[in-house]
Formats: sequence, structure tokens, C-alpha cells
Amino acid sequence: MSAQDMSNGRRPGRAPLSHALWPLLKTTLRTLGSVAVTLLGLLFVTFIIARVMPIDPVLAIVGERASQSTYDAVYHQLGLDKPLIVQFFYYLWDVLHLDFGTSLLTAHPVSQDIARVFPATLELATLGITIGILFGVPLGVLAAVRKGSWIDQIARVVALIGYSMPIFWLGLMGLLVFYGVLGWVGGPGRVGIFYADVVPPVTGMILLDSLIDGNLEVFRDAFSHIILPASLLGYYSLAYISRMTRSFMLEQLSAEYVTTARVKGMSEWHVIWRHAFRNIRVQLITVIALSYAGLLEGSVLTEIIFSWPGIGSYITTALLSADMSAVLGGTVVVGLIFILLNIFSDLLYKIFDPRAK
Amino acid sequence: MNVMNRLLCGAALGLAVSVSSFGAWAETPANMLVIAHRIDDITTLDPAESFEFAGSDVSRNVYGRLVYLDPADLSAGYKPDLAESWEVSEDGMTITFTMREGVKFHSGNPVRAEDAAFSLQRAVILNKTPAFILTQFGFTPENVAETIKAEGNKLIITTDKKYATSFVLNCLTATIGGIVDMELVMANEVDGDMGNTWLKTNSAGSGPYTLGSWKPNESVTLVSNPDYYGGAPAMERVIVRHVIESASQRLLLERGDIDIARNLNPEDIAGVMEMDGLKVEDELKGRLMYIALNGNHPVLSKPEVRQAFKYLIDYEGMQNSFLKGQYTIHQNFLPATYLGASDENPFSLNIEKAKALLAEAGVEGLEIEAGVREAQERIEIAQSLQNTLAQAGIKLNITVGTAKQILGRFRARDLDVYLGAWGPDYPDPQTNAGTFAYNPDNSDAANATGLLAWRTAWNPGDLTEKTAAAVTETDRDTRIKMYQDIQAEFRETSPFAIMFQQIEQSALQENVMNFSTGQAVTSAAYWQVTK
Repeated sequence: MSAQDMSNGRRPGRAPLSHALWPLLKTTLRTLGSVAVTLLGLLFVTFIIARVMPIDPVLAIVGERASQSTYDAVYHQLGLDKPLIVQFFYYLWDVLHLDFGTSLLTAHPVSQDIARVFPATLELATLGITIGILFGVPLGVLAAVRKGSWIDQIARVVALIGYSMPIFWLGLMGLLVFYGVLGWVGGPGRVGIFYADVVPPVTGMILLDSLIDGNLEVFRDAFSHIILPASLLGYYSLAYISRMTRSFMLEQLSAEYVTTARVKGMSEWHVIWRHAFRNIRVQLITVIALSYAGLLEGSVLTEIIFSWPGIGSYITTALLSADMSAVLGGTVVVGLIFILLNIFSDLLYKIFDPRAK
Repeated sequence: MNVMNRLLCGAALGLAVSVSSFGAWAETPANMLVIAHRIDDITTLDPAESFEFAGSDVSRNVYGRLVYLDPADLSAGYKPDLAESWEVSEDGMTITFTMREGVKFHSGNPVRAEDAAFSLQRAVILNKTPAFILTQFGFTPENVAETIKAEGNKLIITTDKKYATSFVLNCLTATIGGIVDMELVMANEVDGDMGNTWLKTNSAGSGPYTLGSWKPNESVTLVSNPDYYGGAPAMERVIVRHVIESASQRLLLERGDIDIARNLNPEDIAGVMEMDGLKVEDELKGRLMYIALNGNHPVLSKPEVRQAFKYLIDYEGMQNSFLKGQYTIHQNFLPATYLGASDENPFSLNIEKAKALLAEAGVEGLEIEAGVREAQERIEIAQSLQNTLAQAGIKLNITVGTAKQILGRFRARDLDVYLGAWGPDYPDPQTNAGTFAYNPDNSDAANATGLLAWRTAWNPGDLTEKTAAAVTETDRDTRIKMYQDIQAEFRETSPFAIMFQQIEQSALQENVMNFSTGQAVTSAAYWQVTK
């Protein structure tokens, strides 16, 4: 114990609290800084794209019959006569106050609209990615373990169809067969007309809300509506996840430590899942996170076919209607999702891979 | 079979059984009407502001007006609604409406002349997009207190000059003529907005339905008003679901989950026609498809060239191919079913006649640009036009773009040819006559971008005066004759070639009766529907 330690009155062998917190604080600050810079860049690029696009927000408001004076008045009212950089700073100021403006299309604040449509996408995407993981990962592992076998061939065909089949066509076929002909699932929409507005919205996700409300009838109906689009999205994720899993696993299975484990007489289950699979978890997290982010971004075509009021169709409708406040707000949210999922992936890396610490 | 396999088989079986038990309803309840429709154009439900198709559908069923168009007899024109009767002063400038007694708003408040005066004054003061429908009669925010006023059970409106009574009353059947509950609206006023923000998403009417909910891009629910003065509607609940995709609408209809599908494409309409238990109903809508030739162009401004263009359009070919079931040939600026509409369609594809007219005008090797907005049907029409013009030696270059690009240039008189669509704003002939055949100042300085005739750089000559005269003619039959004469001259001399009028095809369950989309003159009505 040094004299200085004694003089500080600290117990020997324990680092000061500030020393322990400093790395955590540094990491947090670095992450927040990175998020802020990325968001600023995203806002700037999105704003500029929105302004240079051949879409006229004034015309969207006044209609094509408006006189020039009405047009000019609204042009001025929207601040479009100001320099672009000034417009951007006004926009930035509003966003910093969580004000994305009011949607022309819905007459609601954009933030309120997003709070309404995003849970629908979140619910669909989460179920979709769950299906994708549950089936994609085992299929990929199996295809790698039985490389060249009929299982591998089937996995390849399944993935190929997933990659190449237009989601629009597959969705319509799914609706036709499972809803139109067999009547196994509910049709387009989140819930049947008899169950709309039956459970009070808590999370905005009908499956969860119906469970919270204890209304299993609504849950069953909502599940019958979500299962088909979620399976469709799950299938597309499955295609990607299974191929990547197979590729990662093949690399591991050819490594020397796997041979050593087998020589030592370990069971195949043990070798595959406890050793090889454990080592691909970090790569797999990236793949899954990217897939999930893609689904959360909104699968516009799926949402259109299944009349799913999610963020993808919200942004698309807004874009086609020159509702630029909604487009910008939606894009920022999507960007934020990507950033958050990246941070989440980084955290998982640190948990699963000690070297990342 | 090992444990894992047994578990997997059990899970699969359980899933199959549970999923197969999710059955869809075979049909909607007898007192409920479910419609699949594109409703993403609703931006507001305030009648003083609403100007879109789906929003007008809601408004028509939620708000009573002074006069209305009866869906069971649209050709009869306006009929008394909240105003029981009316009288016109001798000078033709003042109309005194007597309000119907005993009618209540959905809130329970009585419908009074004060509410009617407030509603019309409010629309003028707010001055939103459709306000011109009222302000064209000389109402301004400054004078509305005097020109629109309530006296006891009477509402008195005074216009700035004499207008055809049918013109004024037709305009009052438009969405902006909806009478709102003054007390309720003003109770929700914020920052002097006369309740505009609140009414965008709420309702304060006295019509056959009250607004249950509006979820943007998702659904609109209307609930019947049991106290409606015309009797409670048979359909106690109307749900309009936003379904974009035609195939999805068709599936919902075939499965019996909806009663009406309003946006089926021609292929799905053909499929529905072959199915038992379903039917298809056609109604003519107000939308017209036209081309406009720029009057500033040295060649296109020649009368012979304008005539030649009208013989270089393959009307029948298009109507019977890619426009089949969606559009019908119509060559006049007033849509069929409008007061004064004409069914004269004298032009048909005649290359030889067009060539002779072009030769008469001394035209050779003409190359021009046509602006088209990026909509499939318009692009296909432009391509057809390109083909037929080429047969007469005219090269047409098609520029496809967004509204900003194409409409912006048309408004700036910058396009040789504009291929566009036009829908009437209110159910009176003036709505189209006043833009196609009226242009008092054709100079660039006038900048009258709201007028199609100005955008086309066309001076309609005496048609401007004739159009102005038609809005003041009080005799209905004379007025009809005036519009027919204007259109006859317009067909021959104008730089516009009106080509088609839209048809709306709705597919319905066979038991759905009396549904009306409102034809060209108004919006959809639900209160008369039975199943």
C-alpha cells in the first residue's frame, strides 16, 4: 500500500469508482457521439434528397387548380423560399424537439402517425424474423453437416426460391391458397372487422394487446391474420439466414479443433452445437440483425398485399403524395432503427465474444 | 421414432389443427356494409376543407346540407335537405331558405339557421382549397356577416350579382355545403381556427351517419344515426377498409368478407362477372381525359391543325383495348349526367381527313413534345397518339414525369401538348365551362394558372362571354341549351380534344341493393343501401 493510498483512506486492492466508470462512460459517450453524427448525416441527406426530388409539396397542398397567388402563398408559408441550408436548420430544430411536422395525408402529427404504424410493422417483422431464425438456422446447420446430401439440396432449393421469387407473387398466391381456397387464415388486414377496436391499444401490437386484455378470441383472430404475411417474411429471412448459417458452419466444421473434438470421441451433437455453432454466433448476429432491420424498415409490397398499415406503406404512400414531412419522419425512424440494431449487435458481440471487449 | 421426431410431428399436427380452425366469416352481417376502397386520399374530414374523393364520401353521409342530390334519383338535381324550401328575390340575388324543423345534430343540438349561416361563413373565412366554390358568388371574409345571415328560422344569402339559382344551389350540394354543429365546433376551437383542427379528424353533422372512427390508410367506420330525419339507415354500421391491391379486394369479396369492392382492375372485374353471387355495377364518373395543344405554338395554334388532331385520335381502339370498362368515349367538357351535357361525339380516327387538314394548313414534318404524368393509362394513351400522329407525318416525343415536372410546365405554358385528366369540382356545369371555355385575359401577365384555357394559351373569344352569361341564366332549359351551344363551338374550335369519360365499376355481393357511388355529380351514399 502506497502512502498516497493510505492518505486517501481507500481500501487496498480496489480501483477508485471513477476509474471503473470511466471506460463505461467513454464507451457510452463514444456511442452517443457516433449515433448523433450518423443521425445528423441521415437527416441532412434525407432532407436534401426530399428537396431535390421532382415532387411538389405545394401542389400537394393547394391542388392543381389553384391560382398562382395561392400557390405562392403556400410556398412562402412552407418556407420553401428560404435558402436550403436555412430550411434544413429549421427542420433540424423541429426534429430536436421531436416535431416532425404534420402529415398532409392524415392531418395528424407525423410522430403520432409513426407511433400508430410502427407497432404494426414491429409485430409483423418480429414474428417474421422469429420464423426465419427458428427454421433458417437449423436448416443451415443441417445443410452444412449433411453437405451434398438431399437435405442440403432441399435447403438450397428452398433458399433459391426465397431469393428469386417475387414477394408480390408469392404473397398473392399465399392469400389465394390459404385464405381464398382453404380458408385457413384470415384475409388482408390486421384483424377481422368484428374485432377491430375491441381491445384497448397499449403497445399498438394487437397480439400483445389482446393478451394483456386477456381476450383470446381477438388473439386468435389477429394471429390468423398475421401468420401468413409473417410466414412470408419469415421465409425470405429464412432463405438468407439458412444460406449464411450453412456457409459459416462449413468453415467451422473444416477447422482443426472440430477434428480434434471428434477424435476425442465427443458426440456429434456436442461437436456441432457446443463447439462449431458457438463460434458462428457473432457472425450470425450480424446476419439476423440486418435481416430484422430490413423487415422493420417495412416490407412495402407485403404490407400492400395484406393491407397491413405499417411504416413501409406509410412512407411509400407519403412519398407518392408528396407528403414530405411524413417521408422525412419515417426515414429518420428507419435510420434510427438501423443504428439501434447496430448498437444492439455490438453489445451482443461483447457478450458472445470476449475478444470484442 | 426418437423423442425429437415425435415432438416435431406433434407440434406440426397441433399447428395444422389450430390454424385450420381459423375460419373466415362466410358473409358480413345483414345490418353492416363493408367496403374495400382506396381511402389514402383523405387528408381532412372538415367539410370546409375536404376536397378529395374518399373524404367526400364520408362527408356526404355524415353532414346534412341545405339541398342535396338524391342517390335514388340523381338526374332530378338538387332537392330540399336541411332547408325545407327556398325563395329567390326578384333581382335574383337573394335566396331565403326556410330551415326544416325538428332536425338534430348527432350531438343532440338542434339544427338552426344560425348553424347553417355559421357553416357557410366559416368556409369562406377559413378560405381552404374548396372555398372558391362559395367565394365565386362574391362572399368574402369581410362581407359574410352581411351576405350570409340567419333570421329566425330563415337563412338568407345574398350574392354579388344575379346568378342562375341552379348554379348557386348546385354548389351548395358540394362537400363545402355541409352544415356543422356551431356549438360543438366552437367548443373545440383552438387559436381562432374555428374548430378546423378538431374537425379534420372528428365530425359534427346531422346526416344519416356519424363518424365512428377514421384510421388514416386503414379504415373509416360510420355508425348510423337513429334520429336521422329521413329515417334510420338500414345499414347500422359502414366500414370502409383501405385495401390497395385489386387482387386482395377481389379475394375479400369472393370470401364474403366484404360487400363491395370499388377498385378492381379490368381483369378482376372480368373474373367477378363470372362468379355466382356477385355482380358488377357501372357508373359514369366526372373525370375526363383530354389533350391540350399550346396556343403559343406557331403550328398548333392553326385551326386546321387543331381539327386534324381531333381526327388523329384512335378513340374506339383505346376504348376497346386498354381502357375497356374504365373509360368511354366522350368529346365534350361537361361529363355525361351533368346539367347541359352533350352526347355528341363527332370525331373518330380518320387519317386521310387529318392529312388533308394538315396540308391545308401547310404543315410538314412537324415534331412536337407531349407532357404526360406517370400514370399507366395516360402513358398508353400517349403511345397510341404517338402512333396515329406518325401516320400523318407528325413526330410526337413523349415526356413522362411527375406532377411537379409536367403540371409545372403546363401551368407555365411550356408544353406543346399536354395529356391530362380533369374532374369537376362541384355538380354544376360552370365547374368545367369556367375553366375550359373561359379566359378573359390570355396575356402572360394575367397568370391565370387556375384556368385550363389560359394554361393552353387560348383565347376562347366569344365563348368567354357566353360562359359568363350561362351562369346568370335563371331558366333551366335555356341554360341547358346555352351549355350545349357552347360545347358545340368548343368541340370545333378549341385546342382541347376531350377524349374519354371515366367509368367506375364496383363489384358487389348480389344481395347489396341501391348502392350509389354518386356518378359524376356527387359522392357515394350509403343510407339507402339494403341487403
